[in-house]
Amino acid sequence: MDFLRPASWEEALAAKAEHPTAVPIAGGTDVMVEINFDHRRPEYLLDLNRVGDLYEWEVGEETVRLGASVPYTRIMEHLRPELPGLALASHTVASPQIRNRGGVGGNLGTASPAGDAHPALLAAGARVEVESVRGSRLIPIDDFYTGVKRNALAPDELIRAVHIDKADGPQQYSKVGTRNAMVIAVCAFGLALHPATRTVRTGIGSAAPTPVRARAAEEFLNAALDEGGFWDNGRIITPSVAKQFAELCSAACNPIDDVRGTASYRRHAVGVMARRTLMWTWESYRGNAARTEGAA
Amino acid sequence: MGTTGLPTNITQGSRTKGGIGESTLRPDGTLKVTGEFAYSSDMWHEDMLWGQILRSTVAHAEIVSIDTAEALATPGVYAVMTYDDLPTDVKHYGLEIRDTPVLAHGKIRHHGEPVAIVAADHPETARRAAAKIKVEYRELPVVTDEASATAPDAVLVHGNRTDHHSGHVPHPNIVHRQPVIRGDVAKARERADVIVEGEYVFGMQDQAFLGPESGLAVPAEDGGVDLYVATQWLHADLGQIAPVLGLPEDKVRMTLAGVGGAFGGREDLSMQIHACLLALRTGKPVKIVFNRFESFFGHVHRHPAKLHYEHGATKDGKLTHLKARIVLDGGAYASSSPAVVGNAASLGAGPYVIEDVDIEALALYTNNPPCGAMRGFGAVQACFAYEAQMDKLAARLGMDPVEFRRINAMSQGAVMPTGQVVDSPAPVAELLRRVKAMPMPPERQWLAAGEAADVRELPGGLSNTTHGEGVVRGVGYAVGIKNVGFSEGFDDYSTARVRMEVVGGEPVATVHTAMAEVGQGGITVHAQIARTELGVTQVTINPANTQVGSAGSTSASRQTYVTGGAVRNACELVREKVLEMGRRAFGTYHPAWATAELLLEGGKVVTDAGEVLADLVDVLGDEAVEIEEQWRHRPTEPFDLRTGQGFGHVQYSFAAHRAVVEVDTELGMVKVVELACAQDVGKALNPLSVLGQIQGGTTQGLGIAVMEEIVVDPKTAKVRNPSFTDYLIPTILDTPTIPVDVLELADDHAPYGLRGVGEAPTLSSTPAVLAAIRAATGLELNRTPVRPEHLTGTA
Repeated sequence: MDFLRPASWEEALAAKAEHPTAVPIAGGTDVMVEINFDHRRPEYLLDLNRVGDLYEWEVGEETVRLGASVPYTRIMEHLRPELPGLALASHTVASPQIRNRGGVGGNLGTASPAGDAHPALLAAGARVEVESVRGSRLIPIDDFYTGVKRNALAPDELIRAVHIDKADGPQQYSKVGTRNAMVIAVCAFGLALHPATRTVRTGIGSAAPTPVRARAAEEFLNAALDEGGFWDNGRIITPSVAKQFAELCSAACNPIDDVRGTASYRRHAVGVMARRTLMWTWESYRGNAARTEGAA
Repeated sequence: MGTTGLPTNITQGSRTKGGIGESTLRPDGTLKVTGEFAYSSDMWHEDMLWGQILRSTVAHAEIVSIDTAEALATPGVYAVMTYDDLPTDVKHYGLEIRDTPVLAHGKIRHHGEPVAIVAADHPETARRAAAKIKVEYRELPVVTDEASATAPDAVLVHGNRTDHHSGHVPHPNIVHRQPVIRGDVAKARERADVIVEGEYVFGMQDQAFLGPESGLAVPAEDGGVDLYVATQWLHADLGQIAPVLGLPEDKVRMTLAGVGGAFGGREDLSMQIHACLLALRTGKPVKIVFNRFESFFGHVHRHPAKLHYEHGATKDGKLTHLKARIVLDGGAYASSSPAVVGNAASLGAGPYVIEDVDIEALALYTNNPPCGAMRGFGAVQACFAYEAQMDKLAARLGMDPVEFRRINAMSQGAVMPTGQVVDSPAPVAELLRRVKAMPMPPERQWLAAGEAADVRELPGGLSNTTHGEGVVRGVGYAVGIKNVGFSEGFDDYSTARVRMEVVGGEPVATVHTAMAEVGQGGITVHAQIARTELGVTQVTINPANTQVGSAGSTSASRQTYVTGGAVRNACELVREKVLEMGRRAFGTYHPAWATAELLLEGGKVVTDAGEVLADLVDVLGDEAVEIEEQWRHRPTEPFDLRTGQGFGHVQYSFAAHRAVVEVDTELGMVKVVELACAQDVGKALNPLSVLGQIQGGTTQGLGIAVMEEIVVDPKTAKVRNPSFTDYLIPTILDTPTIPVDVLELADDHAPYGLRGVGEAPTLSSTPAVLAAIRAATGLELNRTPVRPEHLTGTA
């Protein structure tokens, strides 16, 4: 196994072009586990730890450009107002030690359906900035996940940053695991209200071969909110609307039975989380939400 | 320096007296917390090789062929060994029945069984070479439960059994069966106003110690071997290792290396023989360290169980009878299954007075992972079932569950279903009363900080699944009974060597035992005992090794009782000698030497009235006093094979819990808010250590209640979750407040009146949590651990 240590982003792109099978490593919280247990033995490891700008973020007028290696801890500490959904998701990642090392780029690179960041990125409508020696492009998150642990990257491309619009409304994130900390998701759910466009976006984790949006649920809710003039009158969402939204979210799942949970439970839990996160975000939108400590 | 990480003497000094009853601090505590403690996996020896075990990828198969050529040809590889390379006719080991092959011979009986071993100059080289060994298997059908194991045409896991249980078992795939029958259940059933039945399932729990199996074998010039290893009982290991190596026991010198937890999982051998074989073959030191994945295959687990219970009671709440059947899955090899069966059967009725009892317990041979010792040892599974029954009976009778238990609680003088009279305090009702009397945690405790919900106090924690929606509180109670020490006629002795001499102008005691310090705090207690008995401040604890007699196992809550007893006994003998020396030298100076009761205190010989007669420094002079002596608790006897009658246990211990849980009833997630415990410890030799044991045992019981389970595929008998990613143990956020109420009612048979502490809290913790979840959800919940799908109808 050869260890490539580019000193700059340009060198990293050149190395990846020369060795398209090279596995990028930043925090190493996923790659090193695979290597230590001999699940994976890449020919080349491409160490991105010397590429400083991957650890930086810029808060623009409308968008946050988040470097691929910005640790989850930083997102929790510094980007909570701009990226509340992702900050909540970051809080559920593993342990403090892992959160100090791991970043969103790793989640996207691995593209495991259980990656904690995905539902929040889907709900926020993020765009992934990828680059190769051939040039740079932005991949909408909706097009990013192409299969189980597969993504839309070309072999010579690296993930540089994620562009996420600053929250224009409340966002929430819930994750079910079978213990109260440091656990891989049995399933997860992200929800973002976008009052500017009067739309709602969702993200579901660990309940389908890839992270997915519950598109039918979104469409139903968008229509229901629009029809009832909810965005303007700020009325409480009726239980029947919430219930149907939840059912449509469950229906968007395509889960499996595995050692972490049953398919049936995953479908059920996604529905419960969808209903609760909708109530929390809507209460917040209406302006009288209870503050939540620890999580928010 | 040629070695690092090997054990050295630990000197414990203290300005305080530091005797028994004080919370002296552990000498290894700071080192462990700061990461400086040398665990067995930290050892290093100049020129050492690394050993690697190749394990089977299937659960049941014939081995058609093993080809080691490519592995042997790998640069850096010094040796590859299979069954054919074993040096003597002794090729098996085992705690009670020697049925476990050192390396598989012709047949694989469980997933992860050792097939071959490799020594190489780098751990990665050893691992890759092992992967190059080609093993061809012809797979066999698996037996995985009672139905498949005892079917008329069942494949026998072990053909041609000749062990001492084989004659009385109803089927060769049953390791051991123990009935316990007393009174007349059929007749008693007629007196019952209510009868409650239940079928209970207990999952396979892992000890999940943090320090994986590891050790270092160093070949010696005399043809022997020095083995440094983390284990629970050096001498039991020795007795199994030496015959396989073809060496006399005095040529296999064992020293305890730093142990990172045990909980029963180090009672069986893991890498001991393999490391010695490779060291003797290559002439070089060999170190073996399992990684976490291998560790799940490297030790036995807690027996999963199916339990059928029938209780009757009169309408005023008196138990009439118990009929129970407990089926334990022992997996592919016997390990300690027979003794676990004996415990499950004899303790299967719990701490209750029931005159008419018919219990049957048995352990199966299957192709599942081998199961054996784990904290609570057979009593845990039974407690889960009988405590669920108590709640069901109370509900049927419309009684308070604690009141119902109180009515039936045993006390000193009660007769066990084995006929044994409980001849020391058994404060079962009092323990329940105490946990019930403790203040309750406030309602809606997640709002304690004000209006805002603190999700860390809610089910799901930081995963942010509820802000109070769907959350229902439940409260549950449980109490249990555990034996202390080895039972059923086992010669359960320990040995201590105590030396007293003047060092640097101060009297110093040295305590040498073979007791395995696995984290229980035994070495702390030995120093306390020596201070109390010999009046010294400085006590040196020598490393545990086989250069002193056996201390027995660090298990069965027995070490403070038995090795503590041996240390005390040796100290008393040393004290007699010292006083004899004093009388000879100074007896003429003061009449009290001849007439008074004399003690050693504060470095002096004093009368029981406190008058100082001499300094120990003067009495001892240049002489050293040293005694090595075995010590035994009172004997027990085997249970009758048909009736289970017999004085089988040395001592009983009792703990009770009250669990308070919050259940998210929609998502099926559980937050255990508080687990209050009351336990009788006879005498707390070190109150801080006692607290640690109770809190640790309580947490381990919580683990099997809500998350811990090794999942075995019933079709292939393969382990599905051998990692800490998917075998979950409680984190600190899952661990509740554990208020503890300690009783000290002396057992007159035991040293200082003490009662073994470590296991009892593991028993009642689990059923208390289950009872609380049942109270919150109204669900029956007959299996543990409870998973979210069980609480949401989505299993």
